[in-house]
Amino acid sequence: MEKLLNEFSLGLFVWQSLLFILLLLLLRKFAWKPILNAVNEREEGIKNALAEADKARQEMQNINADNERILKEARAERDTMLKEARDIKNSMIEEAKEEAKAQANKLVEQARTTIQNEKLAAITELKNQVAELSINIAEKVVKEELSNKDKQLKLVDQMLDEVKLN
Amino acid sequence: MQRKFTLNLLTFLLVLISFPSFAQHNEEHSEKTEIQNLSQEELDKAERKEYIKHHLLDSYDFNLFSYTTDKGEKKHIGFSLPIILWDNGLQIFSSSKFHHGEAIAEHNGNYYKLYHNKIYKTDTEGSISYDEEHHPINEKPLDFSITKSVVMIFITAVLMFLLFTSLAKSYVANNGIAKGIGRFFEPIVLYIRDDIAIPNIGENKYKKYMPYLLTIFFFIWFLNIFGLTPLGVNVTGNIAITFALALLTFLITNFTGTKDYWKHIFDPLGDSMPWYGKLPLYIILIPIEVLGMFIKPFSLLIRLYANMQAGHIVLMSLIGLMFFFKSWLGSPLSFGLAFAISLIEVLVALLQAYIFTMLSALYFGFASEDHSHHEEEAHAH
Amino acid sequence: MEIPVMVGAGLVVIGVGIGIGRIGGSAMDAIARQPEAYGKIQTAMLIAAALIEGIGFAALFAV
Repeated sequence: MEKLLNEFSLGLFVWQSLLFILLLLLLRKFAWKPILNAVNEREEGIKNALAEADKARQEMQNINADNERILKEARAERDTMLKEARDIKNSMIEEAKEEAKAQANKLVEQARTTIQNEKLAAITELKNQVAELSINIAEKVVKEELSNKDKQLKLVDQMLDEVKLN
Repeated sequence: MQRKFTLNLLTFLLVLISFPSFAQHNEEHSEKTEIQNLSQEELDKAERKEYIKHHLLDSYDFNLFSYTTDKGEKKHIGFSLPIILWDNGLQIFSSSKFHHGEAIAEHNGNYYKLYHNKIYKTDTEGSISYDEEHHPINEKPLDFSITKSVVMIFITAVLMFLLFTSLAKSYVANNGIAKGIGRFFEPIVLYIRDDIAIPNIGENKYKKYMPYLLTIFFFIWFLNIFGLTPLGVNVTGNIAITFALALLTFLITNFTGTKDYWKHIFDPLGDSMPWYGKLPLYIILIPIEVLGMFIKPFSLLIRLYANMQAGHIVLMSLIGLMFFFKSWLGSPLSFGLAFAISLIEVLVALLQAYIFTMLSALYFGFASEDHSHHEEEAHAH
Repeated sequence: MEIPVMVGAGLVVIGVGIGIGRIGGSAMDAIARQPEAYGKIQTAMLIAAALIEGIGFAALFAV
């Protein structure tokens, strides 16, 4: 302890205190404040830049998601459109088929009715003719009867046979 | 590392050169009569001891090295420094008047003599009278001389100022990025902020203490490193310097102390006990706390002083051993040891600066802590 | 500087040595156990060692 006190020099202490405090004040004003401020600013800048980059990435992701969604929608739309078109085509074919069938049926029906009508007409005419013939025959028969009964009968039979053949 | 190595090599070489001359110097001096009857070996031992002691102390001239000419004449390479004394008025003269302690300086009719690195006022003969314990009783004028240490402090201060202002300017010039030599120090500045100031003082209050912590760290570090150079200075190993630094830490600690800090010293138990319960405890507790207030900076000053002093002593002793052995085995061994120790000293230089800064920050943290604030925060959560 | 005082200082230095040794050893153990806390452990170690060292120096200079 005595050695320490002996070594202590007041002059050196005063000079040291003076110079050190001066240095401290000067450095505080001209060095540490600008340095710490600059470092802080830079750190803030880096932090901000990182946040910004994060935000941009988020946005990018959003845009990508949007794109995906739009693409998906478009694809779905295309699919529905294709499906619709196919449906329409099918229905048209169906309809056409249906119509053709109906038309055909109608034609057949018409033909059939025509045939029926013709047949009926023919039958009617036949009947009329048969009736006329019958009347004629009957006339002849009546005439024959007047002459020869046997002959008349024979004639009737003959006539009838003829009719049957018809 | 390369540079440090070169520096150490230079230290070694310069010490080597200056050794014999200092030996001579001391031989012719005050110890002359005392060591006359001793053997050559003991003589050498005493010389080395004296040389190491001399190296550890401050001096009034900036002596780089000295040598002895063939004629036995001593030559000192270096320069003189001004002596400033307060002795019935300001007395300013050059230290060259002392002729490296060999002569009595005369100025304005007053006579001064250097004795054991202190200036005493004497008569024309330069006689010094002693008391019974062999302490000089001559009058000691108030001494504000620009000594070697003051010069080194000044050089360090200028160097630091130039270095860090240039660093500060480079931020402005380069858009926030450090350039040049200051770039090397930027990570250290950041380290002091992030690993010393913020953890010990706290996010809210560290800014106030940053200039002091940074200044003290670089100041001690640079001076420690200068102590390892061939300049042969031992500034941070001087009790007056470390005392001034520790005093500043002490003053800042106590002047920025919050109410809680003082409460912690004078009322450490708080409301946990009624006053009559606290009274007997406080008779013991308060003196301990108050003592602790002074012991903290005192340990700071002793630690730095002792570490630097011890490092220099060990280094000088190992170098001295080389001359003691004078053999092919011993001297290289001591050289290797001295080299290893000087590498460790480079680490110690940094470590002591770090510890001083760290402990200062810790004490500032104690002083600026705010208990009620923390409690409020805790309640809020 | 009487002999007993010097012996006392020596004893203090032995104690300080043991103390700092223990701090260093414990810090090594702690680092081995938690290598990620290296920085914090080192800081705490240095502070503790520095405080004990202070006592050692005080004893040495009290001689």
